[in-house]
Amino acid sequence: MTKPLLTESTTPYAPDPHQDIFSKTTLGFWMYLMTDCILFASLFLVYAVLKNSTFGGPGSQDLFSLDLAFAETLILLCSSVTCGLAVLSAVQNKKKHVVLWLLATLLLGGTFLTLELQEFAHFIKEGNSWERSAFLSAFFALVSTHGLHITFGLLWGIIMIAQIMHFGIVTMTFRRLTIFSMFWHFLDLIWIFIFTYVYLIGVL
Amino acid sequence: MFGKLTFEALHHENTQNFAVIMMMLTGFGIAWYITYKKKWAYLWNEWITSVDPKKIGLMYIITALLMFFKGFADALMMRVQQALSVGDSHGILSAGHFQEVFSAHGTTMIFFVGMGVVIGLLNLVIPLQIGARDVAFPFLNSLSFWLYASGAALTLVSLAVGRFSDTGWLAYPPLSGLEYNPGEGVDYWIWAVQISGIGSTLSGVNFVVTILKMRCPGMTLMRMPIFVWSALCAMVLVLFAFPILTATLYMLTLDRYLGMHFFTVGGGGNMMMYVNLIWAWGHPEVYILILPIFGVFSEVVPTFSEKPLFGYVSMVWALVVITFLSFIVWLHHFFTMGASPNINAFFGVMTMLIAIPTGVKIFNWLFTKYKGRVHFTSPMLWFFAFVLNFSVGGMTGILLSAPPVDFQVHNSLFLIAHFHGMVIGGVLFGFFCGFTYWFPKFTGFFLSETLNKWAFWCWFSGFLLAFMPLYMLGFMGATRRLDHYEASTGWHPIFITVAFGALIILAGVCIQIYGLYKSIKDRNINRDLTGDPWNGRTLEWTTPSPPPIYNFAATPIVDQLDPLWAIKRGHAPKPVTVYEDIYLPHNTPAGFYIGVLSLIFGFAMTWHIFWLAGISFASIIIASIIRLWGEDVHECIPAAEVQKLEEARLKESL
Repeated sequence: MTKPLLTESTTPYAPDPHQDIFSKTTLGFWMYLMTDCILFASLFLVYAVLKNSTFGGPGSQDLFSLDLAFAETLILLCSSVTCGLAVLSAVQNKKKHVVLWLLATLLLGGTFLTLELQEFAHFIKEGNSWERSAFLSAFFALVSTHGLHITFGLLWGIIMIAQIMHFGIVTMTFRRLTIFSMFWHFLDLIWIFIFTYVYLIGVL
Repeated sequence: MFGKLTFEALHHENTQNFAVIMMMLTGFGIAWYITYKKKWAYLWNEWITSVDPKKIGLMYIITALLMFFKGFADALMMRVQQALSVGDSHGILSAGHFQEVFSAHGTTMIFFVGMGVVIGLLNLVIPLQIGARDVAFPFLNSLSFWLYASGAALTLVSLAVGRFSDTGWLAYPPLSGLEYNPGEGVDYWIWAVQISGIGSTLSGVNFVVTILKMRCPGMTLMRMPIFVWSALCAMVLVLFAFPILTATLYMLTLDRYLGMHFFTVGGGGNMMMYVNLIWAWGHPEVYILILPIFGVFSEVVPTFSEKPLFGYVSMVWALVVITFLSFIVWLHHFFTMGASPNINAFFGVMTMLIAIPTGVKIFNWLFTKYKGRVHFTSPMLWFFAFVLNFSVGGMTGILLSAPPVDFQVHNSLFLIAHFHGMVIGGVLFGFFCGFTYWFPKFTGFFLSETLNKWAFWCWFSGFLLAFMPLYMLGFMGATRRLDHYEASTGWHPIFITVAFGALIILAGVCIQIYGLYKSIKDRNINRDLTGDPWNGRTLEWTTPSPPPIYNFAATPIVDQLDPLWAIKRGHAPKPVTVYEDIYLPHNTPAGFYIGVLSLIFGFAMTWHIFWLAGISFASIIIASIIRLWGEDVHECIPAAEVQKLEEARLKESL
């Protein structure tokens, strides 16, 4: 079940179906991440345009709390660390550690998502939903698109754990774990921008 | 239970009822024919579930041609309407229906015909030209196709159930906002474009990785055929541009479904932001369509001139420069927005700059023919027509890029004439050129050259008659999207002329259909047994026609441009065939299932049937999980088996 990594093909030029599949998949996933990055860029741009279109409603200074956003940031950064540790454990072929670190990642991701939803619920309760103004539309769209990505990441993480439990750490699961971690780090990066541009600059 | 969907949605005007009945008859006819011939199993096993890029490419082209008939029928209806609807007469279409027709025409032609033929050609030709057996992600390729097909199917559904968008092919707010367009039309448009757009993004990822990672040994970047270069540039554009479309449509969706205020002025939104965003995608999009066509001509012209392409390196750089410039010209689509003169001037100058690399390409093709042995085959005829149309269209484009001129002819028929010159005279003629050129490669038999030439002359003369007078009408003040005008304008004779031109194009289309039918019927007579019918230069012509499922029995090794030409001229040694085990991915129905589920999802969202949308979306997720549970299954063709197949083929061709 648990084959040693990176030694599967003894003759690197032999035409086997795994030929270069790792590098193709990671490159392809990079490409996908870049398209996602442009999607976020569009949302950031729209947020920048509409930041001051509060239409008589509250602006960013009145709404955002830095404490909460900072807590969210720390949680997500920690989850990136645990995700990285999961990949490192996979390189050392420690299946149990991989699962544990992945679980920690998902737990942190779940906490992040809960905090974000609480923030949203708080805004909506006070009558500041996305229908209030263009600024709030842009805010909700940008932040919740990131949140949707996190939700998708959680689902992916659960399946990742199931696959590692089922197949062990083999070429296939290792490859998928690698791109999962790319995805997760990418979301972290996007959040850093959200934290800086939406919350930090918004409150100042 | 059924959201906004009621029986009211089935009520249409007579012209549309006729179209619906024709569409259903055609559908039932095809279904009956397949049942009669007992071909369902064959269709399922060999085509629908196929992950072979050669088959996926053909399916793209077939779907695009079917959509072409719809888009062309729309065009004919518009031309007839404009020829008749003058003074007291109001023609055959109501104003509302006319708006749906021109919106459907633009959407269909760009998203489902243009993208379809381009990605279809890429699927067919790219793996063969780079000496690969497959694309990088075969399943993703099948998924891309089925997402594209379900987007196309959704526009066809809109013909029968409810109304399509009546806001033009780009659905500018506020007209496309909820306040002015509460109906289902814009939602149909959003979902059709969104679903097929995601398919295009996935294709972009797939082909960039294929080209970067799967070239055969020895094929460095600067030894790639220009078609591969043009595909690489176009797919990079896809990667950069389509996410903007996805984001823009996403925001329009949020405006319409959740009451957000991105583009609604009441609420603080900014509708010009939509126009900026959609053109930040839209301008690169036209280059996504035309760059691969430049690639087609760069293959066809050297082949039929028996000379290497003039200025290969400058051709590559021209492509790269166009790719870059295409991202900084989008504002020329709306100079009249009222940006400052400096901004308009910047975008005007950038637009004019594009003429330089494009001019380089035109001259390179012309110099390729200089002192060459030019064969006047039908692909070359399409090329000549392209050069004429593209130069005229390009020059009027330069006119339009000057903001003061643009203010005069903005949204007039002058603009329509310009971009149809580019899209028909460029993309479509180029596709016909490539289609004729590669047809024997992928089917194993020829199109009838005589009928091709007839079709060409009909298309060419019909095009000139249908579109050149539009420049005049534009100068005379006729705006686009006009369903009625007064006789005193003096436009009527010209509108009749252009309608006549459209009818000549119709004759060309009919000849093409007949030609296709005839060549399929006589396929045993006009077989291509050589695999290299045009005296070709690149790797695809080293394979038999049609190529075997594994493309190359032995992985080719190249050491220069035009490897086949070099072998023919004795500049390179004849390749020694060493047979090897070949691994190919198994067919899978998952792409088809996800496509169908996306169609249901799009339909349910359009009609606000949210339970069905939820179920279909969850099913898409579950289907993906099931598909991705294990490793991709491959099948192996052992070297001995390959050798047997190859020797049997050799014997047959002798």
